[in-house]
Amino acid sequence: MHLAYPAVLAALLFCVGLYGVLARRNAILVLMSVELMLNAVNLNLVAFDVWLRDTLHSGQALTLFTIAIAAAEIGIGLAIVLMVYRNRGTSDIDKLRDTAETAGEDHDPDDATEAPDGPAQKAEAAA
Amino acid sequence: MITTTSVLAATGPGFLSPSGVEIAFLLVGVVTLGAAVITVTTKQLVHAALWLVVALGGLAVEYLLLTAEFIAWVQVLIYVGSVVVLLLFGLMLTRAPIGRSPDADSGNRPVALAVAVAAGAALVWVVVDAFRHTWIDLEGPVQGSTEVTGRILFQHWVLPFEALSVLLLAALVGAIVLSRKNAAAAEPGTTGGPGSAGEPGRPNPGRRTRTPGRPAKETRSRPAQEAPGRPPTADPSEPPQKEQR
Amino acid sequence: MTTPTLAVLVPLLPFLGAAAGLLVGRRAGGFARPLAILPTLAALALALTVAVHQGGGKVIDAATRLTPTGSVPIDLALHIDGFAALVAVLVTVVATCVQVYSTAYLRDDPRYASYAALVSLFTSAMLLVVYSGDLMVLLVGWEVMGICSYFLVGHYWETPEARAASLKAFLVTKLGDVPFLFGLFALAADAGTFRITGILDTVATGGLQHPTVIALLLIAGVAGKSAQFPLHTWLPDAMAGPTPVSALIHAATMVAAGVYFVARLLPVFAASAAAMTVLAVLAAVTMVGSALAALAQDDIKRVLAYSTIGQLGYMTGALAVGDRGAAVFHLLSHGAFKALLFLGAGVIIHAAGTNSLSAMSRMGGLPKRIPDAYWTMTIALLALAAMPPFAGFFSKEAVLVAAEHTALGDSVTAPAGAGWIVLLSGLLTALLTAAYATRLWLLAFRGHGPAAPDHGRQPIAMSAVLWVLAVPSLALGLAVGQLAGWFDVHALTPTVTTAVLGTGVAAVGGIMTYAAWRALRYRADGSVPLGAVAAHPDADPATSEEAAIATLPRALNSVRAGETPSAAYGDLAPAPDPGDPGRLLLGPLHRHAATGFHLDALYATLFVRPVRAAAELVRFLDREVVETYVRGARTLPRWLGTAVRRAQTGNVQTYLGALLAGSVVLAIAAVLVAAAGA
Repeated sequence: MHLAYPAVLAALLFCVGLYGVLARRNAILVLMSVELMLNAVNLNLVAFDVWLRDTLHSGQALTLFTIAIAAAEIGIGLAIVLMVYRNRGTSDIDKLRDTAETAGEDHDPDDATEAPDGPAQKAEAAA
Repeated sequence: MITTTSVLAATGPGFLSPSGVEIAFLLVGVVTLGAAVITVTTKQLVHAALWLVVALGGLAVEYLLLTAEFIAWVQVLIYVGSVVVLLLFGLMLTRAPIGRSPDADSGNRPVALAVAVAAGAALVWVVVDAFRHTWIDLEGPVQGSTEVTGRILFQHWVLPFEALSVLLLAALVGAIVLSRKNAAAAEPGTTGGPGSAGEPGRPNPGRRTRTPGRPAKETRSRPAQEAPGRPPTADPSEPPQKEQR
Repeated sequence: MTTPTLAVLVPLLPFLGAAAGLLVGRRAGGFARPLAILPTLAALALALTVAVHQGGGKVIDAATRLTPTGSVPIDLALHIDGFAALVAVLVTVVATCVQVYSTAYLRDDPRYASYAALVSLFTSAMLLVVYSGDLMVLLVGWEVMGICSYFLVGHYWETPEARAASLKAFLVTKLGDVPFLFGLFALAADAGTFRITGILDTVATGGLQHPTVIALLLIAGVAGKSAQFPLHTWLPDAMAGPTPVSALIHAATMVAAGVYFVARLLPVFAASAAAMTVLAVLAAVTMVGSALAALAQDDIKRVLAYSTIGQLGYMTGALAVGDRGAAVFHLLSHGAFKALLFLGAGVIIHAAGTNSLSAMSRMGGLPKRIPDAYWTMTIALLALAAMPPFAGFFSKEAVLVAAEHTALGDSVTAPAGAGWIVLLSGLLTALLTAAYATRLWLLAFRGHGPAAPDHGRQPIAMSAVLWVLAVPSLALGLAVGQLAGWFDVHALTPTVTTAVLGTGVAAVGGIMTYAAWRALRYRADGSVPLGAVAAHPDADPATSEEAAIATLPRALNSVRAGETPSAAYGDLAPAPDPGDPGRLLLGPLHRHAATGFHLDALYATLFVRPVRAAAELVRFLDREVVETYVRGARTLPRWLGTAVRRAQTGNVQTYLGALLAGSVVLAIAAVLVAAAGA
């Protein structure tokens, strides 16, 4: 089989995942896109492992590891998303803007670091 | 045959002697890619998760075609069986709207499209340019049978494998810590009662805090919990699979 | 121990005492007094031993070189001749007296420990100057004295006058020290060494190439340190320090250093007739001007300060006519009686509660309150007025005799013109000196009016010191025959001509002042008594002096002292006192003499105002011109910052998008470069 097929498919899948990560609003959809990107990498690993006839089968072993890590990642990621949702009442990524610069005022760094804490604390107190 | 040839010509111009495996790979690849595109573009969040199942399943088939059968089964078990289920739980617990939601995409979309297209063009160009004349020899001894993979894994990859179990343990602990903090914060609201746990309506903030807490914790802990418990076969997939059944 | 070892210990002991005092004085107040007195006392004993060993005989020279210092070597050298031995004895005697006196005078002062340590350091520095045989080491002591005087004059730094006075003393002496340093370098460059013996050898063989330039540069430093015209203005203002400090600075240490330095290097100065003439003119102007100013001062300490300047003028005059024996002799006797005068003045100020002579003249019975100070001050004033047989008579006669010899052409070291200048101005000054000494005595002790307040007996430490110092004031002159053997010159005994002339004019001055005082004394009665009394009768004397310096009507606990109109040192104008004999004697000159002949005002116009104007200009340039650039430079980063802040939306996806876009661009660039390369 031609090696370009799996390689191109992996590249396209990766870019689709990239688009999803950048364009999706819901955090869980972003996580799905991350899974797509991971899987694209996995496909590459498997394809090259088969092509190279690696005696150690490093490609397949790494694929297994990636899958396990992806499982852990999705667990932790979902936990974080849920906590954010609990605290903020939303899981939309573009609404989490506590690190934004508040325009127009000249305040020293101390204030700048404190400012984002304000809403966060309020939200936690409310939740 | 004519259609296959045309598809092939579209994907990899210049390769005019496709074998059966290649044709199958291309067909499944197109399906996979289409499912992935739908996953990242659909307005319905739950549909996105289901299309993700299709994409991941397609990938499992591709693994099979590449003679990596063990990976393929692990892919099905873990991704399709547990990850997607987890994502569905997550969607449910964050009260994702069931129908079409017009705001599924953020305002960042044009930038995302540009970046993705540019990246895709660059990658495809480079990859095609590099591997134009490279063939995979699928004949000969099977590369990824369960037996081969098991032997390799426990002969040469034992140490990373054990390290991976530690990582999964850390993930488990992390999930528990995140859940516990929430539980402590939500302690006063516990009287809201288990009856309202699965209620899909919009409860008051106190109840909302608590109700998603418990199922989320259980769901999240499951794969992480089981995986380190059974390191030898490297299949965190099995327990979810059983539970799935 | 050998004599050089003993001599090394002399400056070292007060230095160690000062270091120990600064280290432990604040924590263990009980150690402060022993640490102040004992090292100085030990130094006195050692200095006496060294003097006895040296005995005016062979010069003791010892040197050690710690490290090579390039083309002109610097040695730790001792050079002890008769001058050094005797001046060291004087310094240690006065320093010991001042330390003992200070224990009583500043007994309640919270900063006594650091004060005593600084006095010890001051003493140590002066002893270093006296004994050092190397000009660089001498310079170290010279500069340490400068900084110590700054600290000591500014002891009452709470008052603005003391701060200003200490700064002035420091700056004016430094003004002289800069040319002094150049002079030292020029001298060492010509002689190839900093050793005094080496320099004197060079001068003796005529190896000095620019004697006039060097001498004039050195004279600038000497004028600053020894308060000679035109750099003398710091000294009257330095009275803002505590009285013992004034005694130390004026009698034995700082001002003596300049004269002593010239005496050591006299051959260098004598190599240039022009320098000697300049020195003579300086001495004459200083003598006469300061004597006139002293006659017009109302503050008792300012009178003494101007008197010090005048007596230093005598010494400089003696040096200008090439007789260092006479100069150092006058330095010794003046050190004794001037220390006595200042310490006695401290007692008077405490008893009367005021610095003002006109206030004292309205106070009766002051001699009965402080009999010790009365009698010892009388002795010291007689010595100051050069009445025989007090010490001042002999030393002043020695100066006049030297001047006469030079004027008549008997001397080879100095031009005759210098001799005439010194002789005439010396005689005029003798008259004026007697006049202001009499005036001081009459106003302070012969006042009448309400009795001075009774503060009980003065502390024994203060009275005893006065009597100790009275002995040399009284009897040093009688030792003139022995002293001449210590100095490498002719006899110092007075001749009949100058003795009659000098004593005669002095008597005339005293009688004139007495007559004027008699004529005026009843006029003074009608005026309002200034009524100054001690602000803190029970506290230590320094407190009342400080209160007198910092006279502020708004200070609650010194309300009565606050009525004293002329106590502040910052205020040069004396109280208009119709009973002042000086006013009658000086006539229209009085107004100018009271302000030191407007030298301060002149300096203010010449130097202070241009400097201030330049500072204003610089400030303007800094504020308006430089700041504008700074402000301009601020705008661009500000705009950039605003633009960048726009980008900080807080949206993670935007950040990530930008990051990935950048990565893609880089990757494509890398691929293109690789493709182009391939």
